Amino acid sequence: MTSQPDHGRTLLDRDGIQRAVSRIAHEILERNKGVGRLALVGIQRGGVYIARRLAKKIGEIEKSDVPVGALDITLYRDDLNIKKAQPTLRKTEIPFELDERHVVLVDDVLYTGRTIRAAMDGLMDLGRPQTIQLAVLIDRGHRELPIRADYVGKNVPTGQDESVHVSLEEEGEEDRVLLLKHAAASAKGVTP
Amino acid sequence: MTSKQKHLLSMQELSVERITEILTTAESFKEVSGREIKKVPALRGKTVVNLFYEPSTRTRTSFELAAKRLSADVVNIAPGSSSATKGESLIDTARNIEAMKTDILVVRHSMAGAPALLARRLSCSVINAGDGSHEHPTQALLDLYTIKEKKGRIDGLTVVIAGDLLHSRVARSNLYGLVAMGAKVRLAGPGTMLPPLMGTWIDAAPGQVERFTDLDKAIDGADVIMMLRLQTERQSGSFFPSVKEYARLYGLNGERVAKANPDVLIMHPGPINRGVEIAPEVADGLSSVILEQVTNGVAIRMAVLYLLSGGAST
Repeated sequence: MTSQPDHGRTLLDRDGIQRAVSRIAHEILERNKGVGRLALVGIQRGGVYIARRLAKKIGEIEKSDVPVGALDITLYRDDLNIKKAQPTLRKTEIPFELDERHVVLVDDVLYTGRTIRAAMDGLMDLGRPQTIQLAVLIDRGHRELPIRADYVGKNVPTGQDESVHVSLEEEGEEDRVLLLKHAAASAKGVTP
Repeated sequence: MTSKQKHLLSMQELSVERITEILTTAESFKEVSGREIKKVPALRGKTVVNLFYEPSTRTRTSFELAAKRLSADVVNIAPGSSSATKGESLIDTARNIEAMKTDILVVRHSMAGAPALLARRLSCSVINAGDGSHEHPTQALLDLYTIKEKKGRIDGLTVVIAGDLLHSRVARSNLYGLVAMGAKVRLAGPGTMLPPLMGTWIDAAPGQVERFTDLDKAIDGADVIMMLRLQTERQSGSFFPSVKEYARLYGLNGERVAKANPDVLIMHPGPINRGVEIAPEVADGLSSVILEQVTNGVAIRMAVLYLLSGGAST
């Protein structure tokens, strides 16, 4: 995918993303009183990159590593019977015990809440965390399930005919969050 | 997004992209089988029927576990206890099963082409779990997966397929799969058991497929040795003077393995005839990945069931 600076409105630029990650890292530490039994689990794929950035920031602040995992929620989706073809699976890699942990689920965009429902079911099959918290870079509203984020980078009111596109350096793009109208969004291959 | 393909009938019909997609998907499912709770809800509400007209332990159990770990419901139908004994035809049996709203039919049959016939007549998905001496695609896929996992690649490797090539559906499926993925294949066995069709295979992939009647020459410098079971139940004539002689000339023993590449992989689709095509010390030896093939088989079948059960009916 190529960047299209002419299309869409920039919600966060590189510095904005950095500041949001930094603030969320501090908030996570404040809420959990340090890194004690803390763990971060990113949702494939965007959430994994954000989770790693958060872990790096937390490590810098606390001088102590926090474990990071990756969770693929595809097999827990509620629309597998509706979609025409099966979505591509990605890896679930959680190289630590979840039991008794304070797990912060991390995703790039919070929208309907269905992904988070699937992620919580997925986590519960892998262990019994003490708590599950939710951190997102963007909350764009339009929830369809009773789910809310504990840590939010930026709240953005959006229309149903709009899409939020998060591009990150880890995927070979420029760090940026764009708000796109649907026509432009589908040209970028973004699913709402 | 994955391509929409309803049946899995043979390796011959699979593109390199599709094979790669199945192998990659299986990596995710192998992780599921390693969990304490070995279950995901992906196929909740789907029904998988194992219709096996030939005896099977490994393949049937593997499909059953794969379906159960995906949360599908599974029904097993064995030959002796089915209406086939009352003279019902294969198509009638299958259509009756389908009338009970089943989603995926896994078929093993002694007749080549039986799963393809059912695929044409039924609206549910059909998976070939072995048809006569024709094909056994999920076995080839799990073999490819095991090779890729152990060697890091398939492209450019030299793979020996040795033994009863004439009766082996595993050999045919693996030949198509290995050639597609860029491996060099050496087919080794007694001259009487090299199938007549082999010429066309060699013509189709010049330089990539070779035939050997001398096992020692075939395994010289090979990266993988895939032994085939001597299928006495399918043999109608005499192909070699005695089993003892076959074991001496075409059995994989410690002496032969000692002369092979030190990092050679020894594979066998099972069930093994210990002391015939493979010596016990080789089957249980350090180079053997026979049980890992079985482990990977569940992941491959989960991947195939998942990809074939793709969403809304068209």
